[in-house]
Amino acid sequence: MKIGFELNGKAASLEIEPRETLAEVLRARCRLTGVKLSCEAQVCGSCTVLVDGLPVSACTYLAYEIRDKRVTTIEGLADPPGRLHPLQQAFLDHFAFQCGFCTPGMILAAKSLLDENVHVSDEEIIAYMSGNLCRCTGYLGILKAIRQASAEMKATWKENRSTS
Amino acid sequence: MLAIGKVRFVGEPVAAVIGADQLSAQEALDKIKVEYEELVPVLDVESALAPGGVLVHGMDYIGGAFRGFDDFPGGTKNICQAVHVEWGDVDAAFASAAHIAEGEYYFPMVYAYAMEPYVAVADYDSKGQLTVYSSAQHPFMVRHDLAEIFDLPLNSVRVIVPYVGGGYGSKSYTKIEPLTAACSWKVSRPVKLQLSVEEAFLTTRSDDARVYIRTAVDDSGKLIAKQATIHLDTGAYAENSPMVCRKAANRIVGPYRFPHVRVDCLAIYTNTVPASSYRGLGAAQITFPVESQMDELAHKIGCDPQEFRLRNLAHSGESIHPGLRPIDADVPGDIRLAAETLRSNGPLALKHGRSVCCSCSDAGAHPVTLAMVHVYADGSVSVMSGSTEIGQGSHTVLAQIAAEEMGVPLGKVRLVGSDTGVTLFERSTGASRTTTLMGRAVMEACREAITQCKSMAAELLGVPAGEFTEERGGIRHGKDWLSWPEIIERYFQMEGCGIIGRAYLRRAGALKAVPVFWEIGVVGVEIALDEETGKISLDTLVTVGDVGLAIHPAMTESQDLGAATMGLGIGLFEELIYEGQQLMNGTLLEYRVPRFSDLARRVELKLVENHDGVGPYGAKGGGEGCVNPIGACLANALYQAAGVRIRRLPLTPERVWKALQEQKSQAPASQRKPPAAPKTDVTKTTA
Repeated sequence: MKIGFELNGKAASLEIEPRETLAEVLRARCRLTGVKLSCEAQVCGSCTVLVDGLPVSACTYLAYEIRDKRVTTIEGLADPPGRLHPLQQAFLDHFAFQCGFCTPGMILAAKSLLDENVHVSDEEIIAYMSGNLCRCTGYLGILKAIRQASAEMKATWKENRSTS
Repeated sequence: MLAIGKVRFVGEPVAAVIGADQLSAQEALDKIKVEYEELVPVLDVESALAPGGVLVHGMDYIGGAFRGFDDFPGGTKNICQAVHVEWGDVDAAFASAAHIAEGEYYFPMVYAYAMEPYVAVADYDSKGQLTVYSSAQHPFMVRHDLAEIFDLPLNSVRVIVPYVGGGYGSKSYTKIEPLTAACSWKVSRPVKLQLSVEEAFLTTRSDDARVYIRTAVDDSGKLIAKQATIHLDTGAYAENSPMVCRKAANRIVGPYRFPHVRVDCLAIYTNTVPASSYRGLGAAQITFPVESQMDELAHKIGCDPQEFRLRNLAHSGESIHPGLRPIDADVPGDIRLAAETLRSNGPLALKHGRSVCCSCSDAGAHPVTLAMVHVYADGSVSVMSGSTEIGQGSHTVLAQIAAEEMGVPLGKVRLVGSDTGVTLFERSTGASRTTTLMGRAVMEACREAITQCKSMAAELLGVPAGEFTEERGGIRHGKDWLSWPEIIERYFQMEGCGIIGRAYLRRAGALKAVPVFWEIGVVGVEIALDEETGKISLDTLVTVGDVGLAIHPAMTESQDLGAATMGLGIGLFEELIYEGQQLMNGTLLEYRVPRFSDLARRVELKLVENHDGVGPYGAKGGGEGCVNPIGACLANALYQAAGVRIRRLPLTPERVWKALQEQKSQAPASQRKPPAAPKTDVTKTTA
């Protein structure tokens, strides 16, 4: 079957099998290997991508469901290409990863959180992010990175508000 | 590769299907019918050791069957390795002791859960060249095994390891590479084998450990003797457990002065998933009993546990194991630092408990490490390293060392990672060795390149090398300054040229003494106990990394926190549970690992830098130590908070709640006393 959707800001159209998951389509057909597969049971969060801005587990989400929707993967986050998203920069600044396997899902989940509410408390970050596992870092660097990105995005948010 | 004739554990591969894609291979797999004749399994160490019991391998253990373990003469029953450590006169010491603590402890089977499961791509081509891309931690060991299995010379096996999604020991040694290579050989095409997490659960786990231990002090509170028996459930195949066995036996002594020691450690076959390396390599299993008992003994003699440790810890330069390298760390200082940091929380709240524990591991493994650097005429540098980057940050640290030595910006240094066809031999990536050994090799390789540059400069300038001085990045001769790249270009009169510096480390010189270094783990915790539910939560976590020099401090701290967090998982909720021969919780849905919400309220990551290691600039390894003490920290803190002693991990709410109920039923509230002498029997709980 053919589906049309928006992938990282560009119109896309693909021939897919009805049984294919979003992760399979993104990795094998679109070659977006930033989508990582681990538990394949919606526990670990490593396959998190954004569909219409909301996080989904691509491992169990049927690709068919993305028709006419916007899909964002880690590859589409730096906009314009070369300039990192505040979250990506913050993850680098705080060494918020070691092996990096959980990082794409972690950053996309955090983006969804901050897009929804940039004024988050630590408690809110911890509660929201508890669906994304990291086996290397012990989470502190990730918490600090999200805090930093939140502060930066808040500043931009204020700027935007004062200019509008 | 595949079970022939007999399947020894549920999860052992019995057949392989090669398909054009995953789906067709899976469909074909369903068409295979395997008929099993049910045999009597051996499911725990007691039945494995029972007289007349079933032998997992149908024979007694043959001495020298495992590479590197020729010293064990062979055994009976299901024992695949036995290690005996002894000095002094233990029996006499116990007979003369003023006080003795003894008990039995249990450390569970756990799974490392590297988020990227095992994966390999093999290409056995028609010319007899085998190329394997793998998630293996030790590519040179995999190369060795593949060469042996397929009877190929070393130069015909190329193992390439790209970035790896976590290992923590679980990707040590050879796993799925031989099967993948055999499949490729069969079809003369590249073959990829990628396991799911469920299959990875059935590939490797940690050894669990039943530890009986007793410790004696004299009347001044000085430790005089330790005796221990360790039984490791090694599973159906030996994997790396013979080494875990050896290390557990060595490491159970801890960083303490003991005049009399006797340890017996057995690695025992059962019909369960094979056990192998897990972060800490045997040290987490034995630090739980050792450091629990240190607190129990301190309470018994009426001494503060921290004071009791300080009284008995070996100081820097003192020997803890006869014949081994003296301690190259300041453990008493580390303990004080952790304790002071915890104390800054103020007075202890009700139902809170604190504890500081330590571990001491003979780390670094066998020091054979070769490295090479390319220094190019355009000022860039490539470091060729056989150490695998598995997230520990070694590529960054090795690049830092090369930049420092060659006097170039970090951005000019490139790491060429593990590729047995390109990089020189490195025994392994494990035992916390990379910064110490590969770091030192890279430093020496840079210095060798510099020596070559200096003799080139002497020839170019027509003066003896003694007439100019080395300055960061080049040499000064009178008013002239020549950089290393300039020297190379002028010497060869050729753009784009480069030279190689190399270093071969082996067990000699500064690396002659064993171990390469002692890896210290010091952790402090404050816990809060919810008596209603038995749930323990971590209020404060303090880690101390006694690493000689932290070449990259932020990454070093992050390693300590990562290790402590893995330890926290084992301490509070991780345990692989068997029912009969079936692993009951081998999925992420049922096996809970630490989450964001398990992060302590306060986290303090301390580094101690005394430049006392044999690595570059006095550095030593880290990254494993902090996994070891957590279990005992939690059990000791629980004892302080509620007066119950649990000698079995994990400290699940159910287990803690039951212990609290038992305590209540034994003494009416009015008579309940604050922590006193603990009972010595293992708290009986069911899984």
